[in-house]
Amino acid sequence: MDYFLELFFGGLTRGSIYALIALGYTMVYGIVQLINFAHGEIYMIGAFTALIVASVLTFYGVNTVAILILASIVAVIYSSAYGFTVEKIAYKPLRNAPRLSPLISAIGMSIFLQNYVLLAQTSDFLPFPRLIPQFHFMEPVSHIFSSAELVIVVTTMVAMVLLTLFIKFTNLGKAMRATAQDKTMALLIGIDVDRVISATFIIGSSLAALGGVLIASHIGQINFYIGFIAGIKAFTAAVLGGIGSIPGAVLGALILGWTESFATGYVSSDYEDVFAFALLVLILIFRPAGLLGKAETKKV
Amino acid sequence: MLEIKNINAFYGNIQALHDVSITINEGEIITLIGANGAGKTTTLMSISGIVTPRTGQILFNGETISGMKPDKIVRSGLAHVPEGRHIFPYLTVMENLDLGAYLRKDKDNVKKDLEHVFTLFPRLKERMHQAGGTLSGGEQQMLAISRALMARPKMLLLDEPSLGLAPLIVKQIFDIIKRINEEDGTTIFLVEQNANLALKVAHRGYVMENGRITLEDDAKKLLVNEEVKKAYLGI
Ligand SMILES: Nc1ncnc2c1ncn2[C@@H]1O[C@H](COP(=O)(O)OP(=O)(O)OP(=O)(O)O)[C@@H](O)[C@H]1O
Ligand SMILES: [Mg+2]
Repeated sequence: MDYFLELFFGGLTRGSIYALIALGYTMVYGIVQLINFAHGEIYMIGAFTALIVASVLTFYGVNTVAILILASIVAVIYSSAYGFTVEKIAYKPLRNAPRLSPLISAIGMSIFLQNYVLLAQTSDFLPFPRLIPQFHFMEPVSHIFSSAELVIVVTTMVAMVLLTLFIKFTNLGKAMRATAQDKTMALLIGIDVDRVISATFIIGSSLAALGGVLIASHIGQINFYIGFIAGIKAFTAAVLGGIGSIPGAVLGALILGWTESFATGYVSSDYEDVFAFALLVLILIFRPAGLLGKAETKKV
Repeated sequence: MLEIKNINAFYGNIQALHDVSITINEGEIITLIGANGAGKTTTLMSISGIVTPRTGQILFNGETISGMKPDKIVRSGLAHVPEGRHIFPYLTVMENLDLGAYLRKDKDNVKKDLEHVFTLFPRLKERMHQAGGTLSGGEQQMLAISRALMARPKMLLLDEPSLGLAPLIVKQIFDIIKRINEEDGTTIFLVEQNANLALKVAHRGYVMENGRITLEDDAKKLLVNEEVKKAYLGI
């Protein structure tokens, strides 16, 4: 039973990280019908930014919780700036081009950012400080659910709730929903669609950066390639849940996290990815639009 | 109030509007009639800034609006009810109406305007919490017009409000269009394929063929014009 619970919480943690990244894919897709292949790299850049901030602050002897918070804030701001800029230079000029063009531009952007970090940093794994504290009250259960996992899951939940409230109740959130459902009409009621698109990239990048910082301080190492792997997994989660659907991305991410965790725990870690993608294929056969996706219509 | 001066608009290399000029005075209902593909929708989209004319100029209250971004044009007092209604399908009736007032800051007046559209279309009040996509065609058209009114526009652009609706609903909607013009003093530019109906509510009318304005006259005169009768009134 303990082993089952350990896998359950492990999967929940994984799923939370996937959810933070998957939201960026799904929100951008919902607004501009584009798969932002550079999104995984934004997550990776978030982790690297946090590493740099953490190294400096550690040098000055700042306490770890403060480092975690400050590093997260800087990573979020920095990654948002990247996400914003990527949209402006790689996608916006191609907004009326054939659909393949922005897709190729996205892949190009992803490769560029990977190599840029590779050159600026190194190809080796770099150690990342374990910034998440061990809580005393978690000690009795720490063999099945660690403090770091708790922090990741709770932070993700808070982020989801805030995002939902933002989309439901703020003007910009309403404008985002309107734009996702009917871009022409959004323009006709006076929504500045360019601004909505930028905001979407900024929010998606912020969540991804947060995911990057959390997972890096949990696992303890990063390299320039982590964005690619996590990006593909999160993208899978978004498709699984129905690309364009926000609850779908979260659901897809959790299912994917648990599938991987249980498959690794009960079968073999060699099959982790096989199970994940077999699940994706199965769901797409029976529900081509994904679990919560709406077939052939606009989403979010 | 609105002056379209010799605009030429293109989709790629295909020219959709040739040298189109239309003048609309404050308080008028002007109609633009024409067959499928004549360029009526393109004309309205050019006014709203969704289509940018390659040459020519559009003035609204003396200010050049051609080349401006759509949100600036809405801000200047134009509201557009597009062909096919474009209701936000997963938003409720109430949220659709709220979004009509997206650019407005005068919350008290927005409330008043909401009451006003509910008196024009009581059916919408009953359906307030229903998703826009689940409304009937007629209700969607009422919602589309109401959403535009929520912007408190000086001028309303209506693209084929009768499209696909039963005659009884069409009559209701056209009665309301007249009321909006007479009671609120809103200037109306009405695009219609149903020429008979449109010419009966309008003061003046323009006829468009293959992207060109071919006729312009008082609506009453167009109703008895031989060419118009043959081509658009089915008489
Ligand atoms: N987005 C577009 N891309 C390319 N061509 C277009 C586009 N929209 C319209 N056209 C073409 O421009 C011409 C004018 O179309 P428009 O929609 O303005 O006509 P309309 O008078 O509104 O017709 P209808 O009564 O059928 O609505 C048509 O030949 C149409 O095929
Ligand atoms: Mg049309």
